[in-house]
Amino acid sequence: MVIRVTINGFVYQIPSDISIMEACEKTGWPLPHLCFLKDINEIGACRVCVVEVEGEERLITACNNKVYPGMVIYTNSPRVQEARRINLQLILSQHDSHCTTCPRNGNCALQQACFDLGIEESLYHKEVPENKWPQDFPLIREESKCIKCLRCVQICDKIQSLGVWDLVRSGGRTTVNVSGGRHIENADCTVCGQCVTHCPTGALHGRQDRKRVYPWEKAINNPDIVTVVQVAPAVRAAWGEGLNLSRERATPGRLAAALRRCGFNFVFDTNFGADLTVMEEASEFLKRMTDGQKHRYPMFTSCCPGWVRFLKSQYPDMVDDLSTSKSPQGMQATMTKTYFADKIGVPADKIFSISVMPCLAKKSEIAIPSLNDAGAGQDLDVTLTTREMIAMIRAQNLDVANLPEEPFDSPLGVSTGAGVIFGTTGGVMEAALRTGYYLAAGETPSPDTFKTVCRTEAHPWGEAAYDFAGIPVRTAVVSGLANTRQLIRALRRGEVHYDFVEVMACPGGCVGGGGQPIHDGEELAAIRGRRLHNLDRMANIRFSHENPEIQRLYREFLGEPLSEKAERYLHTDHHQWEMPLSPHLDEDVRIERK
Amino acid sequence: MARLRTSTQSRAQQVVEHLYSNLEQRIIASPPGLCPVDISAAFLRMCHAQTCGKCVPCRIGIGQMVHIMDDILDGKGSLESIDVLEQTARVVYETADCAIGYEAAHMILQCLDSFRDDFEGHVKWDRCIEQLEQPVPCVALCPAGVDIPGYIALVRAGRYADAVRLVRKDNPFCSTCGIVCEHPCEARCRRNMIDQSINIRGLKRFADEQAGVVPAPAPQPDTGKRVAIVGGGPSGLTAAYFLRLMGHSVTVYEKRSQLGGMLRFGIPRFRLSEEALDKDLDMILSTGIDVKLGIGIGDGDGDVSIATLRKDYDAVYIAIGAHEDRKIGIDGEDGPGVVSAVKLLRDIGEGHPHDLSGRKVVVVGGGNVAMDVSRTAIRLGASEVSVVYRRRKADMTALSEEIEGAEAEGIQILELHAPKAVLRDEEGQVRAFLAEPKIIGKIDSGGRPRPEAADGDDVAIPCDVVIVAIGQQIDSKHLENNGIPVHWGSVVTGDSGKVKEVPGVFAGGDCVTGPATVIKAVGAGKVAAANIDNYLGYNHIISVDVDIPEPALIDHPACGRVNLRFRNANSRRLDFEPVETGMTCQEADQESARCLRCDHFGISTLRGGRNAQW
Repeated sequence: MVIRVTINGFVYQIPSDISIMEACEKTGWPLPHLCFLKDINEIGACRVCVVEVEGEERLITACNNKVYPGMVIYTNSPRVQEARRINLQLILSQHDSHCTTCPRNGNCALQQACFDLGIEESLYHKEVPENKWPQDFPLIREESKCIKCLRCVQICDKIQSLGVWDLVRSGGRTTVNVSGGRHIENADCTVCGQCVTHCPTGALHGRQDRKRVYPWEKAINNPDIVTVVQVAPAVRAAWGEGLNLSRERATPGRLAAALRRCGFNFVFDTNFGADLTVMEEASEFLKRMTDGQKHRYPMFTSCCPGWVRFLKSQYPDMVDDLSTSKSPQGMQATMTKTYFADKIGVPADKIFSISVMPCLAKKSEIAIPSLNDAGAGQDLDVTLTTREMIAMIRAQNLDVANLPEEPFDSPLGVSTGAGVIFGTTGGVMEAALRTGYYLAAGETPSPDTFKTVCRTEAHPWGEAAYDFAGIPVRTAVVSGLANTRQLIRALRRGEVHYDFVEVMACPGGCVGGGGQPIHDGEELAAIRGRRLHNLDRMANIRFSHENPEIQRLYREFLGEPLSEKAERYLHTDHHQWEMPLSPHLDEDVRIERK
Repeated sequence: MARLRTSTQSRAQQVVEHLYSNLEQRIIASPPGLCPVDISAAFLRMCHAQTCGKCVPCRIGIGQMVHIMDDILDGKGSLESIDVLEQTARVVYETADCAIGYEAAHMILQCLDSFRDDFEGHVKWDRCIEQLEQPVPCVALCPAGVDIPGYIALVRAGRYADAVRLVRKDNPFCSTCGIVCEHPCEARCRRNMIDQSINIRGLKRFADEQAGVVPAPAPQPDTGKRVAIVGGGPSGLTAAYFLRLMGHSVTVYEKRSQLGGMLRFGIPRFRLSEEALDKDLDMILSTGIDVKLGIGIGDGDGDVSIATLRKDYDAVYIAIGAHEDRKIGIDGEDGPGVVSAVKLLRDIGEGHPHDLSGRKVVVVGGGNVAMDVSRTAIRLGASEVSVVYRRRKADMTALSEEIEGAEAEGIQILELHAPKAVLRDEEGQVRAFLAEPKIIGKIDSGGRPRPEAADGDDVAIPCDVVIVAIGQQIDSKHLENNGIPVHWGSVVTGDSGKVKEVPGVFAGGDCVTGPATVIKAVGAGKVAAANIDNYLGYNHIISVDVDIPEPALIDHPACGRVNLRFRNANSRRLDFEPVETGMTCQEADQESARCLRCDHFGISTLRGGRNAQW
């Protein structure tokens, strides 16, 4: 139904059943807002989107109230302007406004709103609250920057079904903190970072590890140390966003060139690690399918550390169904300090190994002692997010757009189209099935055979079944942990049966990861995912087992997939480390009993 | 200069007086779940503003206590600061000159005594222990968690059948509760901040009357599990209804010849008509519930034992209510002419009303049952009815509207008199009721003043019949013999309704809480249904496919509350027809529009404003 409303004196025909905010946006009168996040957080907390509606005594929030026929709206009347300014001033009275040293400087909804409205003078007594927070945890919360928009609470509740955040304290002291009176280290936080990418300010951010790499610490510019960087698949789909590069200019080759100019001795590609993961995980899967045992649950992928943390904390009885294969990052890191160290004749402890990931949970992954198999401390010394890498490149003052396109270094930089789609939902499954089919049937399928494994809008997860030379293979793909919980509940209740399931903690997969560039109010996972699929389509090689450097690695070093050496370096025992349990375990255990 | 002057209130004083009444209203509308430390600190600050400033402990001590509490609330306190707070409060209590000081300190001492945990929680974890589970005040206070703003919005939209369906998602007794619910939901209605709480029960009644017959939803597929419900009252039938909707097979055992429990045998017809009750019962039974009437629980003939039920069913819910009367324990109590309220009302329910024509009746007690039975006595022809109560009228547990109703119908209330003896003539017939005078005394630990012995003479009230309405208990022998724990006349369960000692057995309603309200019984039945479902290995979801109208944006000018009206006392006292009449359409429209929609405005939007399913 179409209705007639008047906005700022202009008459518009608009659909009924939309919010005042949407109506104003559609008609070219966008409204400032801080807390609003479509479909996730429509709670009218910041009171900055208020408008004047004729006939109403008080101002009305546009984000969570609907239009009605004949509504007369003023979005910029003096009353509205004054209200917005005062409310922003009130927020500022409790906000640490040292913007220059904030990780969100230049990308902050509050900064933008204050700039747009020309907030100058400070009306109020400044009273910035402080909090204590473990600075070594990969996820940092700064009370002094929090505007209590509650997006983090909602994202964690609704998208990730974890409820890590909650309102605490009361009255004027009401704020956000870890739920249930827990400290973050003892909470079942997966460190997915979705709260970070949806925070309008710098209140939630990743631990900053850049200073451990560059330039004043030892690693770079130290002639005795070989610095190696690897870049995750999803990073190439988003890195240009933070450097004002068009998607066309932000190619993987230009990314390799930029990193080389940052001073890294070797620029490798985690796609190589992804190809290696395919080899091991596909082999592991086929072995499981033919071991003659009846498995109650499917084999789950293990490359997403957020997901591994989720399973260990929510369904600890299912950990044995996780693939033992390390993540691409982990495999690549171990190969860097073993195979590659040998190749260049440098002792492993003289290699400083860095990864760039679209992810916060990867920062927790590298700290797990049982994943370090190269025998020289941590296999990976530092993990940076895409955002930290962008900041690092910016600090070089490079004319990135005009850099030449350069290849990644060999051998750990050679990869396939199968490796690159690891960064998007369904990609790990698709890549593993391509090689799995080859290993099972002895013939190479068309690379596009397995692209049907994708989630539809209507269902929390996607599923597809295949015939692997007589072996029926039932697969499912899911992203977002609330969706994942639904899938696992269905599995536990016996409503669905699969053999192989891919899980990524972040909606849309790593492309939508918690370490990616932040765009307030925009979800870019789908666009970035398509970019990765394009790169796959354009790749010369689209099967992991056809990667010549992978073949060489097995020939010269590992032997074959699942060999003793491969097990030692590329697989892990997920029971070797502890994860805090969910405080709500019982509920699901009860479901299981049926 | 004049020697004396009359006092006139300044404009400022007038406004402050108004502020005090606002403050009272605001306190009434205080949302449940607030941090007790924060609230008491705010209260203490107000006490400090009241100090006259003469004495040290009050002028300075209260201020310092506020500082300590602020530190604690700011996470800057230590366990020692709690000790200093307590020490200071004790000294202010002991040394302040007047009540302004020592009562403020006394309040803090009480706080430290009753929620020291909360103080310590702030010190140790910088958190409130108190958690807000349900942010909509009316829903939070409804024992069944009915979606009140939802159905009020539906009434406003004229979607009465949807309103009834929404109520039934949590409470199948929509018609009954529309008439007799004690409406705890109205107590903290946010509307109190503007004028007065919404007449929630009245709107429910209106919705139900307008909707006519609304069919029950279809049960979910059969599970093959069998559940026995003992007791066909509101709690048992609520559990039966939800368990049936979850797909379980349900059998209700009822001792009497008809279902309804206290709704039929305890509440008189002039408060709840048979038609209104049967409307709910018909709907509940239409889901396919097996009913066995005339079978009680026990080892006697025609009874069914707990052991048998446990053997024949996968789970058992005991909701037998509290139907055994209590005795006063005075001379002359045993014998003809003295009857318990429970028996009198039950006999009417079973079709054998007592004839009290021309009799003088004394009713002992001060609860709702005492009011019900005295008003019943009038309708049975009694020429005089006196209620004897040992405290003041203001201390009665009966709802004030019940007391007013009774008085309007000609019932005399003799307050501050305790029963002493029933006086009988040589034939043993009751001739008078002897009551001794009382003075209202010190407040006991429960917050009620104790009646103490008073000077003055005993009063003999001439009468033919004495009705005892001083409470009920359960018949617990059989339960105890079967290992079900009973304490002070009530079954002991956890808050899940589970009887820990006997697997598969759950209990709820009056037999667990002691005589309580319909809605508490319904709430207990709902809780039991959910937990029995889980116990049977399922997790069925109860929901309803009703979309809730968006709130209107119109502002809310202060507006009087629509109260329900009663039939003229002179005519209503002659019959058993309902005394209360429902709202008109005009009234319901106005009243439903007063709802502030706390499901949409306020913190409840954070988590969606409602539990759409359970």
